[in-house]
Amino acid sequence: MVKLVVDSIEIEVAPGTSVLQACELAGKEIPRFCYHDKLSVAGNCRMCLVELEKSPKPIASCAFPVGEGMIVRTDTPMVRQARRGVMEFLLINHPLDCPICDQGGECDLQDQSFAYGMDHSRYSENKRAVTDKYLGPLVKTIMTRCIQCTRCIRFATEIAGVSELGATGRGESMEIGTYVERALTSELSGNLIDICPVGALTSAPYAFVARSWELAKTDSIDVLEALGTPIRIDTRGPEVLRILPRADDDLNEEWMADKGRFSFDGLKRRRLDRPWVRRDGKLVAATWQDAFGAIAARLRGVDGARIGAVAGDLCDAESMVALKDLLAALGSQNLDCRQDGARLDASRRDFYVFNAGVAGIEEADALLIIGSNPRHESPVLNARIRKRYLAGRFPIGVVGPGAALTYPASFLGDAPSVLTSLHDGSHDFATMLQEAAKPMILLGQGAVARADGAAVLAAAWRLADAVGALKPDWHGFNMLHTAAARVGALDLGFVPGSDGLDLDRMMGGGVDVLWLLGADEFDTGRIGADTFVVYQGHHGDRGAARADVILPGAAYTEKDGTYVNTEGRVQRAWRATFAPGEAREDWRIVRAFSDVIGQTLPYDDIGAVRARLEHVNPVFARVGLKRFGAGDRGGPQGDPAALSADPFVAAIGDYYQTNPISRASLTMAECSRTYAAPRALAAE
Amino acid sequence: MLSDSDRIFTNLYGQHDWHLAGARARGDWDGTASILARGRDAIIEEMKNSGLRGRGGAGFPTGMKWSFMPKKSDGRPAYLAVNADESEPGTCKDRDILRHDPHKLIEGSLIAGFAMGACAAYIYIRGEFYNEMVVLQTAVDEAYAAGLIGRNACGSSYDFEVYVHRGAGAYICGEETALLESLEGKKGMPRLKPPFPAAVGLYGCPTTVNNVESIAVAPTIMRRGAAWFSALGRPKNAGTKLFCISGHVNKPCNVEEELGIPLRELIDKYAGGVRGGWDNLLAVIPGGASVPLIPREICDTVLMDFDSLREVKSGLGTAAVMVMDKSTDLIRAIARLSQFYKHESCGQCTPCREGTGWMMRVMYRMAEGRAQVSEIDMLEQVTRQVEGHTICALGDAAAWPIQGLIRHFRPLMEARIASYRSQSLPVAAE
Repeated sequence: MVKLVVDSIEIEVAPGTSVLQACELAGKEIPRFCYHDKLSVAGNCRMCLVELEKSPKPIASCAFPVGEGMIVRTDTPMVRQARRGVMEFLLINHPLDCPICDQGGECDLQDQSFAYGMDHSRYSENKRAVTDKYLGPLVKTIMTRCIQCTRCIRFATEIAGVSELGATGRGESMEIGTYVERALTSELSGNLIDICPVGALTSAPYAFVARSWELAKTDSIDVLEALGTPIRIDTRGPEVLRILPRADDDLNEEWMADKGRFSFDGLKRRRLDRPWVRRDGKLVAATWQDAFGAIAARLRGVDGARIGAVAGDLCDAESMVALKDLLAALGSQNLDCRQDGARLDASRRDFYVFNAGVAGIEEADALLIIGSNPRHESPVLNARIRKRYLAGRFPIGVVGPGAALTYPASFLGDAPSVLTSLHDGSHDFATMLQEAAKPMILLGQGAVARADGAAVLAAAWRLADAVGALKPDWHGFNMLHTAAARVGALDLGFVPGSDGLDLDRMMGGGVDVLWLLGADEFDTGRIGADTFVVYQGHHGDRGAARADVILPGAAYTEKDGTYVNTEGRVQRAWRATFAPGEAREDWRIVRAFSDVIGQTLPYDDIGAVRARLEHVNPVFARVGLKRFGAGDRGGPQGDPAALSADPFVAAIGDYYQTNPISRASLTMAECSRTYAAPRALAAE
Repeated sequence: MLSDSDRIFTNLYGQHDWHLAGARARGDWDGTASILARGRDAIIEEMKNSGLRGRGGAGFPTGMKWSFMPKKSDGRPAYLAVNADESEPGTCKDRDILRHDPHKLIEGSLIAGFAMGACAAYIYIRGEFYNEMVVLQTAVDEAYAAGLIGRNACGSSYDFEVYVHRGAGAYICGEETALLESLEGKKGMPRLKPPFPAAVGLYGCPTTVNNVESIAVAPTIMRRGAAWFSALGRPKNAGTKLFCISGHVNKPCNVEEELGIPLRELIDKYAGGVRGGWDNLLAVIPGGASVPLIPREICDTVLMDFDSLREVKSGLGTAAVMVMDKSTDLIRAIARLSQFYKHESCGQCTPCREGTGWMMRVMYRMAEGRAQVSEIDMLEQVTRQVEGHTICALGDAAAWPIQGLIRHFRPLMEARIASYRSQSLPVAAE
């Protein structure tokens, strides 16, 4: 430990700490623009200058390592003068357009100018103007406001892993840009908006929409992918105006994927805001009573075994447990949450969660990715893999479709047979895994959502066991999900009972009545022509188109809910706005319907539903995550030898179009046009 | 006056052969192996005793700089980088070494590289020096062919490579850490220190960056001894130095002289005196564009060495003496220097990026007189806000010439403002 004195406060810090961090530990605020604790140190804004005894010049505290016996002063005439000077320089070429700037109210430059700057400008020359750059449909640029802190360049290069941003020109003419006019190809580009300390990079969809102080802020969870990024939903009245990430070092650090951040305009389009009932082949608007009556009438006399339910990808645990209880009351065990047909084994939790946790990636020392493209399935988790890669000595192998990842990885082949050769040691990469102290196997849905999925699952587990990934203190078997509801559904047993039907067997007339809880991600054409379909959900998507009765539910921003992420972390989301029109919170709909058919479910408020959740599975009792090593090394069902020869295919085709909300979003449609299917230019 | 026998650069004017044969005839590459045989520590000790201070401008003791290199390698190689990116306005000393005496530099590289345990020297040569690069590269090829460098250099069983690397014309790449960035293929932007290059330099390995002149004098110091070198010049300002005299003198020239020679003697003896006589002198910038100018009163007596010039709040810099007679518009001259620094700022640090442009604009208004008298003080404050607040010294270099102007010629600036006002009185209709 190193001892130093900051403003006559003596503190002890770890060697290698920067003076800026030491000052913060001593409770001193140090202004900064270029310094960001998740990025490398640039030391170029010069705002963090402090006085160091025996140094004739002030030092940049962000870049200066602490030394034994240092005496640092953060509030002396020299420091104040230096800060004032730097603030003045930053402002001479910064436009005074705060009243029309979207960063206004949450701008580092505004705040620090107020706290450390001068009250007037002495600059009487003309200000510089800079051409705006095109960074794609999500990030709007007003480059005249740029203060050249280079945070965006460092974020793109270090975290996002795309070296497309850079600075051209020097001195006053230095400009940030993509060198050529091309959209930034990153699924994390929205974070540029957050890290930009001024209004140079702002949110394109949010441009001129609101002022930050008008917004009500609600904590929630991103459900558009399975990572469950903690988010903050900013609303004004009934409208969601933007979504920002909250910081959690164990989960997302400070980052968030673009789909979760920018899909919210889909919440205003194609919404189901009233019940509908199909009469003479056409859906007609109805009242709740009519809709419930129609379902109750159809259910009359139907055997429980002929009723089924499918839960979708965005469902909260409360609505799923309510529906499960309803089906049980009707005598049915025909439940499924695996719309993609993933052959997941729900018998033990460590067969289907990301056991090591996202933070655990940083502990791993070798990684094998099977049937997954983490860049699309969870961009934030992918950034964590890149972070681990940058730390060095991290061999990464990929079995599955070769995709452009943001780190170098050896492509081992796309056939399941590679797993066998890795297991028997005949593949070169097997040595890498065996030599690792904490090898990690990442299994994607592309590996298990296939006919031989159970065999792949078993083979992956067997491989994990063989290379020593299953230890009392390390669980290197990790499942990466694509659906936010999936782990929660598996936890509460939303899978076929002992003699229940799975999704496949419910198709083609396997059941007479099928209740779809926000299930839109399977081919509804496979549902038998005579099957009566109840669709409960929030968007008029595939499921609603096939429905005989539509029950309008609430989207994730419109209800209190519990979600379990791919790590098995139980998280709570709060209601930010009300559902539109007649739409209601989903567990209440199920509860109300149970009353109509005389099978009243025993809960009246969300507390009781949550008590029921805990009763079904104790994991719901504890919000948060507890990591375990591998206790039982016995593997999942399935014969590891029964692998087919079919190559693995990607679980996600178009990253920007994976659920009803993103499909309804104009922003996501634009992204899809720009990135997933870019039109060739004339010259190409 | 320096006697001819004490001159180090005996082909400064290029009248002799620069090739290996010619260089050998002048004594270069003579007994290099025996110099190396003295060992690393002895060479560094000799350099320390010679009192040689870095010739690139900062004047840091060269021997001490070499001694910062790790004595034992931790597995990383070490490098010598030779700074031949001579771009300081008014300075053209390295250029003459590179084109007329390249073998002095190559031999010096070997000795310096050996003394610091480096496996290779990278000579980073200014992009505009195309012909000089051709000469230097030819000389390097000659040295390789003669077995003087490369494997078993000079038969000393020491392996040493020399690479010539061309810059792309950015002044900032003459800053030692920006030079390393540029060598690595990156944008030439100075690095944060610490870590210093001697710990983490080129490609992350221990590196020392030296000026061409510092390296080129090393072989002669080794051959003639530290005592000889330190006897020249003045205490703490030992040895000879190349002076570049330009501007309003009758015969602009490069000349090697002892440090501590009076400025007036230097100009009168070698440059044929100031145009129109000494009394026609207005001011001198004694050390390249980066140092503050000194007015005639100081020029009368000042000695040309690091410490004497520091005492008069200027500096020796690269010893590029720029003479300005009374026909000079001093404010415009300094404004032109401000434009240079504005153009060459790398754009990394806020004070320099924004301040150089601000200072340049105000300076051009000052040159016209289109300003307020109070703005002189503001300009002075702005230079103080830039100075010492940046990663590298370019901010300081941009600030100092203006500070020098205000310090010595403030009345001139005020008069210019007053005359502008008197000429542009508001018209009645306005």
